[in-house]
Amino acid sequence: MFGKKRVAIVGAGLTLFRRRLKETGKELSYEAAKMALDAAGMELRDMKSVVMGTAPDAFDGVHMKGEYLADGAGAYHKPYTRVFVGGGTGVFTPLAGWWHVASGQFDTCLVVAEEKMSSCYPHPQYAFTTIFDPILERPLGMNLIWIFALEMHRYMHKHNIKKEQIALVSVKNKRNALDHPCAQLAANITVEDVLSSEIMAWPVQRLDVSPTSDGAAALVLASEDVAKEVTDNPVWIDGVGWCIDSTLWTNRDLYYPDYVECAARMAYKMAGIKNPPKEIDVAEPYDPFDYKELHHMEGLLLCKKGEAPKLTAEGVTQRDGDLPINPSGGLLGVGNPIAAAGLMKVCEIFWQLRGEAGKRQIPGDPRTGLAQAWGDLMQYGSVIVLRR
Amino acid sequence: MSEKIKHYSGEALKSADIEEGRVPTEKCRPKAKFAWSAGMAMSRFLEELKNGKIIATTCNKCKRIMVPPRIYCENCFKPTDGWTYVKDIGTINTYSVSYLAADATRLKEPIIVAIIDLDGASESMGIIHKLGEIDPKEVKFGMKVKAVWKPPEERVGAITDIKYFKPIKEEKP
Repeated sequence: MFGKKRVAIVGAGLTLFRRRLKETGKELSYEAAKMALDAAGMELRDMKSVVMGTAPDAFDGVHMKGEYLADGAGAYHKPYTRVFVGGGTGVFTPLAGWWHVASGQFDTCLVVAEEKMSSCYPHPQYAFTTIFDPILERPLGMNLIWIFALEMHRYMHKHNIKKEQIALVSVKNKRNALDHPCAQLAANITVEDVLSSEIMAWPVQRLDVSPTSDGAAALVLASEDVAKEVTDNPVWIDGVGWCIDSTLWTNRDLYYPDYVECAARMAYKMAGIKNPPKEIDVAEPYDPFDYKELHHMEGLLLCKKGEAPKLTAEGVTQRDGDLPINPSGGLLGVGNPIAAAGLMKVCEIFWQLRGEAGKRQIPGDPRTGLAQAWGDLMQYGSVIVLRR
Repeated sequence: MSEKIKHYSGEALKSADIEEGRVPTEKCRPKAKFAWSAGMAMSRFLEELKNGKIIATTCNKCKRIMVPPRIYCENCFKPTDGWTYVKDIGTINTYSVSYLAADATRLKEPIIVAIIDLDGASESMGIIHKLGEIDPKEVKFGMKVKAVWKPPEERVGAITDIKYFKPIKEEKP
């Protein structure tokens, strides 16, 4: 009932994530794509299709950014599609790659995600203000952080969660990132550091937030026949899901992301997963803010509503815990070049399932992993389930 | 990163490298300007704001009273069935005390922003607006607030015709 062909990931690539990189978006795309091809032992001529993921054109200041980046992503003279679903783009990009191959139309697909946020200066936050409703919201002088602050506060209020409990996520992820060679904000920090950091829009403080970043990531996808030719350890895309709510974000209760649950249920159904906390060995939920990791664990049905802070405090979500969450270091630690950050999460699950994650490797021989991204106007969820 | 990979590309720059011209750059400030038609539903909403009123649309199928108003119900995917006024009084659903302006520059005096569920609209039909005449420390979830309107002659048919919402308890004759 789903795709006719099983689809594997056979290679992954990643650049450094930094506040500002000298490389252009095209050059970053090339570096990540080339690394993924080399890792797969394949060449560009082996790629029958290319899917590019990149978020708002306003960061680069280049309209038709998908077309602009195409040759850097290896799309020269190939079937090519750019996809964009805001912050959800990084995980949606391999989903789009999946249907290229699952449909049987292409044996292979090169999946590339890029973001160069530093071109918009002095700060890309101003470009974000153009996402708001021009009639109802923009006249109020909206700042992007407001919507997170409003959602975080609602979540805290609904479940009586303290800032101290949420700060543990930032502490964990930034520490996990110390073992990630590409990380931008790896650090050993304490809960106290988070609570004493600059108040941006209460309850959001500086160390609750991921940075703005430049970077790129890439994957090589292959049909079952091709995958078995090129590697002994393919990682299979066994579940895909995506879902969108309305841009009328003030018309829903922000304490719980229903649309993420909808995307997760779609992916679990396809993967035959009945009990997500038991069957998922490792997960990379989207963590642009520390509370979002908790919010998304709940939306992904990895725990009950309001229970994620407790699991975090008990150490369940540490790399050596029962359910490792964001062993990469996530967006909080590795960085947040939006589309590339989501795809970095898929790369991490790929490496974890192959046992290649080095110092970040979780114990216990993980077989099933999940990555999720989130975005647009607090309304979009994209989920991928991988198995080896 | 896979432990099999030993080199990862990327050359970090500092902001001063750009600002002080230490690396080749090209700069541009686009002059694009926009004027949005408010649309079928929101034009009426803005006209009503000029009258000091907040108007919603209703759907007879899902029974919702919707603010902001819309000409179609996204739930039932059919035209909405009518217009109705809701109150300019509401309840604080969630709020934030912001030290950030739109461009991320820092404010000395914070802005309090809130999602306000308006009385007379369906549950969770909130709008975002600012709070005023209240100390940030005094704001509470569930607090009743009322719109403070600009004087009629200053209203232009914009969401900012409401200056802010203030706690209702302070409104004593």
